[in-house]
Amino acid sequence: MEWYLPPIWAGVIGTAVAMYVVLDGFDLGIGILFPFTRSEGERDQMMRSIAPFWDGNETWLVLGGAGLFVAFPRAYAVVMPAFYLPVIVMLLALVFRGIAFEFRTVSRSKKWWNVAFTIGSTLAGFAQGLILGGLIQGIPVRNGGYAGGSFHWATPFALLCGLALVAGYGLLGATWLAMKTEGPVAERARGQSKLFLLAVLAFMAAVSLWTPLMEERIAARWFSAPNFYFLWPVPLVTAMVAYAAWRWIGQRREVPPFLAAIALFLLGYLGLVISNFPYLVPPSLTVWDTAAAPASQIFMLLGTLLLLPIILGYVTFIYWLFRGKVREGESYH
Amino acid sequence: MDFDPVPLGRLQFAFTIIFHIIFPSFTIGLSAYIATLGAIWLRTGNDRYEQLMRFWTKIFAVSFGMGVVSGIVLSYQFGTNWSRFSVATGNVLGPLLGYEVLSAFFLEATFLGVLLFGFSRVPPWLYVLSAVVVAIGTAISAFWILSANSWMQTPTGFELKDGIAYPTDWIAIIFNPSFPYRFAHMLNAAYLTTGFVVLAVGARYLIAGRHIEEGCTMLRMAIGLTAILAPLQLVIGDQHGLNTLLHQPIKIAAMEAHWDGSKPADFHIFAWPDEHAGVNHFEISIPKAGSLILTHHMNGLFPGLNSVPASERPPVKIVFFSFRIMLAIGFFMIAAALLGAFLWWRGSLFETRWYLRVMAQCWWLGFVAVIAGWVVTESGRQPWIVYNMMRTADATSPVPGATIAGTLALFVLAYGVVFWFGIYYINRLIAQGPHGPAVEETGHFLRSSISAARDAGREALQKR
Repeated sequence: MEWYLPPIWAGVIGTAVAMYVVLDGFDLGIGILFPFTRSEGERDQMMRSIAPFWDGNETWLVLGGAGLFVAFPRAYAVVMPAFYLPVIVMLLALVFRGIAFEFRTVSRSKKWWNVAFTIGSTLAGFAQGLILGGLIQGIPVRNGGYAGGSFHWATPFALLCGLALVAGYGLLGATWLAMKTEGPVAERARGQSKLFLLAVLAFMAAVSLWTPLMEERIAARWFSAPNFYFLWPVPLVTAMVAYAAWRWIGQRREVPPFLAAIALFLLGYLGLVISNFPYLVPPSLTVWDTAAAPASQIFMLLGTLLLLPIILGYVTFIYWLFRGKVREGESYH
Repeated sequence: MDFDPVPLGRLQFAFTIIFHIIFPSFTIGLSAYIATLGAIWLRTGNDRYEQLMRFWTKIFAVSFGMGVVSGIVLSYQFGTNWSRFSVATGNVLGPLLGYEVLSAFFLEATFLGVLLFGFSRVPPWLYVLSAVVVAIGTAISAFWILSANSWMQTPTGFELKDGIAYPTDWIAIIFNPSFPYRFAHMLNAAYLTTGFVVLAVGARYLIAGRHIEEGCTMLRMAIGLTAILAPLQLVIGDQHGLNTLLHQPIKIAAMEAHWDGSKPADFHIFAWPDEHAGVNHFEISIPKAGSLILTHHMNGLFPGLNSVPASERPPVKIVFFSFRIMLAIGFFMIAAALLGAFLWWRGSLFETRWYLRVMAQCWWLGFVAVIAGWVVTESGRQPWIVYNMMRTADATSPVPGATIAGTLALFVLAYGVVFWFGIYYINRLIAQGPHGPAVEETGHFLRSSISAARDAGREALQKR
């Protein structure tokens, strides 16, 4: 039992992070697409499409952070100091985009809150990409604590991952708008979906080539027998989903492109998990090295099994309640 | 330049957490108020309650947003600033915070969507139910956070191996000795804080001669609430103090600037504690009142600061003065609430303009009292981060002082902007009043004359 607890918890946190990336991804994407609008009315409509959901979406980030603290306190204690600057920049960016929702509505001049929303959303996504890239590169650890400097994460690879995540959130945002809005906003979003899809594919290819070249353990994971025989469908399915997404966007389908964008995200995520499991803090700390006491993991797991289905129930209810398209000229409140 | 990371880390955390506590203090109470207004509306069908509910919901939206974003920051700062603390206490505190997220945070965040955007989409009962769910969510959130904080003050239910805490009894951890007192004290403080904000807004409308009906309703509800809760807070606070004396006597000694434990303690109305000499200067005191309060006996003894070496004492001045600020505000609140109740009973509440004038300025009282109270309890715990288990100086992250200083400057700048605009917008929503449009029309003169005319019309209709 004790051996199984850490992988189970890795699964729970992995799910929370995946939920976060997909759900907050599309509403961060709205912020990334904000500068390409023509009028305040269009921006109102875009914001209206995510307003009832964003707060709940962002809560998955808290669950990811708190979950890491609960289940893997030693990983939490290494990762957070290692990414001190990107984490705090991400948090401050989220502060500004979060308050922009309400402040923009009550303010006389919306201009500066539009800027705060755009920069906050983009910077948050970029910082998350930096953290992801930095994690894949590995973190120096000594005596169970972080042993690097404040800028250890700052490499070209992390930069690439930052841009990749911004592009990915842009894709989620654009396909969301094509599904949830009407009029010129939806029309423009279709064009943007195609551009962001191409960008995402380019970034995915770059990361997929770069990681095995950079890290021998990742190359060994993918290209040694017998793993190779099990793993080759991952890139193949990715390519098929990407092709389908391109077709669906071209056919002006509404829901399928958004689902395809989510599938692309999950496949990319799966690829990273395959590359790194069981390391939580590559290249030295595994899920077993960093796990909390079994008593703590069990106590929290019981609560999670009880409460997570309830949460998923009412989150689904909210998405159902605010179903349908946001029309042109529909504003915030 | 070399910065010492320990005081900087503490300063940064103190700044972000003080900023954060402002909003829960308000939204815990306000969500309960909104739910109450909704329930009355459903029962009576009176439109005024619906209008008031919708009006306060707009203000709630602005404050809740600030509370959420500043709260997310904290859940990551345990790791960024206190990584060694996270390792030592993760087994115990992690689940408490995890339960907060799962049982409260999702609930609040999700049903907030209904509260803000669902009015025309759901039946009234479901709308009001959502308000109730948000209110309950905020209280559950407070439950877990206060439990975690109280465990750091009075840790129980664990065993220590190699400096790491392992849980042995979850009930003892959650319901640790100081938790019931601290939870009751904080929850009551949140309701009081909101009560005084509502009181101030009601008084402001009556003075301005606008929204008279709504203003009267706010005043009655706020005075009814605070006249009970303000005196109750004195009782809870007294019990909390006795509990602290039992578990953290040196914190009490610092709160009272009580140096010599071999004599009964005076209560110092004012003093200037001298931490080097171990005495007070410029004392203005009530003889033996300190002993009377804390031991309920004139000649009762309790430990003084001199009973431990200076390295084991909290910063006396901060604790002593913060406690006095909280106390002064607490007594003022009791007096103001009881006077309001008296005037209401006499039937002259709405005409006593000097009282309304004073109360209209008192919206900030609860916030300052809450912050002062938290400074007392958190500074009073020093030099420990987990009482008698881990020292604050051993709890920090391996992050250079300069990095912490840089991000502290960023936090001050960012939160300064957010806070200033938040206050400004909330004030404007209040100025627009319960009939105000969601988005203001252009032209200040036009707007005020239109709303004044509308108010006059309503008054005339209601008098008829």
